[in-house]
Amino acid sequence: MILEVNEVKFGYNGKEILKDVKLSVDQGEMLVILGPNGVGKTTLLRCINAILKPRSGAIMVEGRDVLKMEPSAIARRIGYVAQYQAKTRMTAFDAILMGRKPHIRFRTSEKDLHMVDGAIKILGLEDLAMRHIDEMSGGELQKVAVGRALVQEPRLLLLDEPTSSLDLKNSMNILSLIQHVVRDHGVSAVMTMHNLNSALRFADKFVFLKDGMIHSAGAIKEVSEDMIQDVYGIPVEILHHKGRPLVVPLN
Amino acid sequence: MHLMHGAKHEEYSRYVGRKITLVFLGLAVLIGLSLISMSKGAASLPVREVAKALLGLDVARQCELIVWNIRLPQVLAAVVAGAGLSLSGAVMQSVLRNPLGSPFTLGISHAAAFGAAFAVMILGSGTMASSQVGAISISNPYLTTGMAFFFSMAASGVIVGISRMRGSTPEVMVLSGVALGALFTAGTMFLQFFADDVQLAAMVFWTFGDVGRASWSELGVLSIVTGLASVYFLLNAWNYNAVDAGDETAQSLGVRVQRVRILGMIMASLVTSVAVAFLGIIGFVGLVCPHMVRRLMGGDNRFLLPASMLLGAILLLASDTAARLILAPHLLPVSILTAFLGAPVFLALIIRGYAR
Repeated sequence: MILEVNEVKFGYNGKEILKDVKLSVDQGEMLVILGPNGVGKTTLLRCINAILKPRSGAIMVEGRDVLKMEPSAIARRIGYVAQYQAKTRMTAFDAILMGRKPHIRFRTSEKDLHMVDGAIKILGLEDLAMRHIDEMSGGELQKVAVGRALVQEPRLLLLDEPTSSLDLKNSMNILSLIQHVVRDHGVSAVMTMHNLNSALRFADKFVFLKDGMIHSAGAIKEVSEDMIQDVYGIPVEILHHKGRPLVVPLN
Repeated sequence: MHLMHGAKHEEYSRYVGRKITLVFLGLAVLIGLSLISMSKGAASLPVREVAKALLGLDVARQCELIVWNIRLPQVLAAVVAGAGLSLSGAVMQSVLRNPLGSPFTLGISHAAAFGAAFAVMILGSGTMASSQVGAISISNPYLTTGMAFFFSMAASGVIVGISRMRGSTPEVMVLSGVALGALFTAGTMFLQFFADDVQLAAMVFWTFGDVGRASWSELGVLSIVTGLASVYFLLNAWNYNAVDAGDETAQSLGVRVQRVRILGMIMASLVTSVAVAFLGIIGFVGLVCPHMVRRLMGGDNRFLLPASMLLGAILLLASDTAARLILAPHLLPVSILTAFLGAPVFLALIIRGYAR
């Protein structure tokens, strides 16, 4: 078991955002957290890597309690790709190299530079490595952010809406890439997403959040029309095209 | 996670090599400019003689006295203050993720000016003695310096305090700083309105930044504070890079963002406060030099911070040298020259766009 979230509660100003959330992820699995806007998906991701501290509950990564770990120790196990990326005056190489921060103090080693090279190759960013990221498109920037998370050598990747600002082609590219990393590099991934069709196509497992609670969870094949209608409040039909499920809203 | 593909990073190594070369080039320019600056003034000295005097070799007694007692402290004050102000600006811009972050825009300089005005008007340090050439000097410089330091640190204390209450987001810090700047400016104007001619002249005189003011002991304090702060800032260069990429990303990389931001602000304010208290208000250096470096070399703080220090030192030293020469034998306040020299270069960089 790579990740185990147990009875996690989170809230502020007397408002409960997450209520007794429970989920688990095995090695090489891709879990997608689904649910309407404002239901607490991003909050849950932030709790998993201790950016936010839950009121109660436990979050275990490889059997260790994240809430009792030093921030740099967490960063050596969990890579996080935020929804929005700041455009700074840095080359893509430097921005990805920053992912080695949890492993280095000041000087970078040959290993660090080789790892960045490796990530650039996996992401297909060879031609853009020395470009400044403030001159990059949303898709390229998102790839750089994934690269930064990869060179942290994480056991678990957290991705907050990784395709929210991307066009169709770039969305497919990024999700294929994440799927490739998860399958071929023994990493697990948890991501939040709004696009149900992408979720059904790429994830192994799902969790539906409703009112801060787990509404339903299971293997991606188990997603049903009733679940979607109950969570999002609109009727849908799940069609199958060339063996792939497609969610179609009915009104 | 297997990412080691044995790929090459030669292009990146060349890129880093270019940045290191630029830093050393900056250092060479600074040393050369320092020697030239020490040779210029009311009494012109050959650069060779200046170098010999600095190395303790045999030179005319008069030359030795001018170099060691007049020119060297002034040049060192310009170098250290320029480096410190520019470094503080670079750190403020990074931790606040705001291009307008600088001691001037965050109200710290305004607070120092209010402190000096307060000392002159309320505490009576403004009884003035006119020197033989008609220049104005403040009768109790230590009280004025002390109050300027106290109020600029108080301003940064308030910014940090508000940030602790409302969360240390860049917006909270910048807006608090802007509000404090306006408050202290109004306070200074209030004091000036009720001041007599002598007090008013003393207040205005203090606000003209002048690197010739610092004594050896003040220079020592300024150097120690700037030196220690620069070591601290350089050790945090990776943290500042991470904060630049956004709070969430920085936290996910193991950075304690609140602590890095607040300590960065406190240290930057300390360096600024000491410089402003001893030398008066020198604007522009802290705001513009880091931007120039960012445009020339990119935003990686491992190189941005030392290069900003060098450029700050070069700009202030060049301005001070020019200030001594333009209307000789009269001295122009250096703070006028920093803007005169820096602004056109900065505007040219904006028009030209980023270096590719």
